[in-house]
Amino acid sequence: MKTIVLMKQVPNRDAVLRINREGTWIEEGDLSYEANESDAYALEEALRLKEKHGGEVVICSMGPQRVKSMIKDGLARGADRAVHIVGDDLAHLPPLASASLIAEAIRDERPDLILAGLQSDDYGYAQTGVILAELLGLPHATIVIEIEKTGDALRVKRELESGWYQWSSIPLPALLTIQSGINQIRYATLKGIMAAKKKEIREVKPSIQNLGELVHQRVERVYAPQKSKQTQFLGNGDAKAAAAQLAEKLHAEVRVI
Amino acid sequence: MANGILVFAEQRGGSLNRATFETIAAAQTLGRTLGQAIEAVLLGYGVAELAAQLAGYDLSRVIQIDHERLAEYTPDAYAQAMEHVVRMVNPKYVIMPHTYLVRDFAPKLAARFKRDLISDCVRVNVVEGRPIFTRRVFLGKMDADVASDDDPPIFVTFQSGAYRAEQAAKGAGANISQIDLEINEPRTKPEPAFQEVKQAVDLSKAEIIVAVGRGIKSQENLALAQQLADLLGGELAASRPICDAGWLPIDRQIGSSGQTVAPKLYIALGISGAIQHLVGMKNAGTIVAINKDPEAPIFDVADYGIVGDLFEVVPALIEELKKFRT
Repeated sequence: MKTIVLMKQVPNRDAVLRINREGTWIEEGDLSYEANESDAYALEEALRLKEKHGGEVVICSMGPQRVKSMIKDGLARGADRAVHIVGDDLAHLPPLASASLIAEAIRDERPDLILAGLQSDDYGYAQTGVILAELLGLPHATIVIEIEKTGDALRVKRELESGWYQWSSIPLPALLTIQSGINQIRYATLKGIMAAKKKEIREVKPSIQNLGELVHQRVERVYAPQKSKQTQFLGNGDAKAAAAQLAEKLHAEVRVI
Repeated sequence: MANGILVFAEQRGGSLNRATFETIAAAQTLGRTLGQAIEAVLLGYGVAELAAQLAGYDLSRVIQIDHERLAEYTPDAYAQAMEHVVRMVNPKYVIMPHTYLVRDFAPKLAARFKRDLISDCVRVNVVEGRPIFTRRVFLGKMDADVASDDDPPIFVTFQSGAYRAEQAAKGAGANISQIDLEINEPRTKPEPAFQEVKQAVDLSKAEIIVAVGRGIKSQENLALAQQLADLLGGELAASRPICDAGWLPIDRQIGSSGQTVAPKLYIALGISGAIQHLVGMKNAGTIVAINKDPEAPIFDVADYGIVGDLFEVVPALIEELKKFRT
């Protein structure tokens, strides 16, 4: 079974975000990056399926050269090779344009399965995988937390809301979006890191000329969210003072002690 | 020419979701400002009563597709039915709730119109005649104002809780149109939905909850949070990553995929406050957040905030609380 895993590199989850001078996005110059969380789970799931059923795992990622560090890490964990769609601004494309570029880059690979994280931790569109499935004519399932292979089909467990779940059968080839926590992610071994140096990373240029025609939403401004509550900050950096003030509030105002 | 707003009404198991009424409220807000009429579309099998319920709201029409192949949700059947309705109605805006069900089929629907969704919006404002949609980015750390000046249809989803269901205005009784459509056999075959074995802990009844997130760092450190919970007579809970790691069972998870709670007191230790967590606890009476990151979105909903190291603050808090016990 050939599985393609879509992975996006996003700013570190603990990164301090500063808004750029124009107020149109965050300052990216001094950021550090990591694999999008649910994409990392998707890669692990692909590796586990390969261990059980054989085949090949191919990472597909899009973005500037910095993305290579994430791809190499994925190869060190056990992916066989990678396709890197290279371009400086590609990480900022809305989902229809992203999915269209990915579709062109991987169409000839004819994968049996495509896995993607359920959404990215930066833009959070939660659409690229589903749109890609539509462009490639594949059936899909989203928010998947368990996968069983049954002949030419998969039986997948989907998370619904409020503690409900559902199993669905889906014929291959198919696309699934993966929920975080589906498995326990492995670390790269030294052997894996050495082996990764010899693995292929195929660079492709974006193949669509008029990408602008696929862009239908534009971020005009970013800013810190409006607070829904007036937060009273306690302690002013002093842990002991904060604890004493909070205990007093819990006693006198919240009346829980 | 494209005109009006089409609202997707979501039903499951014989009732309309709360999110449906929130979406009607969002559409009515936008519709009033832009002077656009609103129609709702309902898909399902044996849903005439629900269509009648919808018709009681201030809508110009309710469109219903009642078909056996819509009895169980599948992305193929829903996308096909919705594509048909959107082409027939030719609306300017298609507005939907950002539920798991909509997330599953709506990107597919939008792609058939060479569009994507302006997804998970928390509000819309009309500025000089242009709707500006606000959505959360970076897991809730930032807000982004998004515009689309392109040709319709423009597909939008609103986050659960962005508008109040009670704000959805009732009307004089909308007409109901039943649309007949051949629906193809869906490729995916769903089995009945189920809940995991009866949850051992019902956190929705807890008066006091002490919840931990990534900031707790290791399973051993849970003892500290447990000590605080015991002292207050509360329950221990967690955000998703803690349950994913197996440090606490999933029945103690708070958020969109876990339990929704509204205790008298909610203390969040080392929880950054991703949207998926906030929707599960933001209605708590008093929210206390202790986090080292002053930008953490959890502070947006907190009544009391302490910016600092929870491993310094919590032991000190335990000592202080003990004073009230004696």
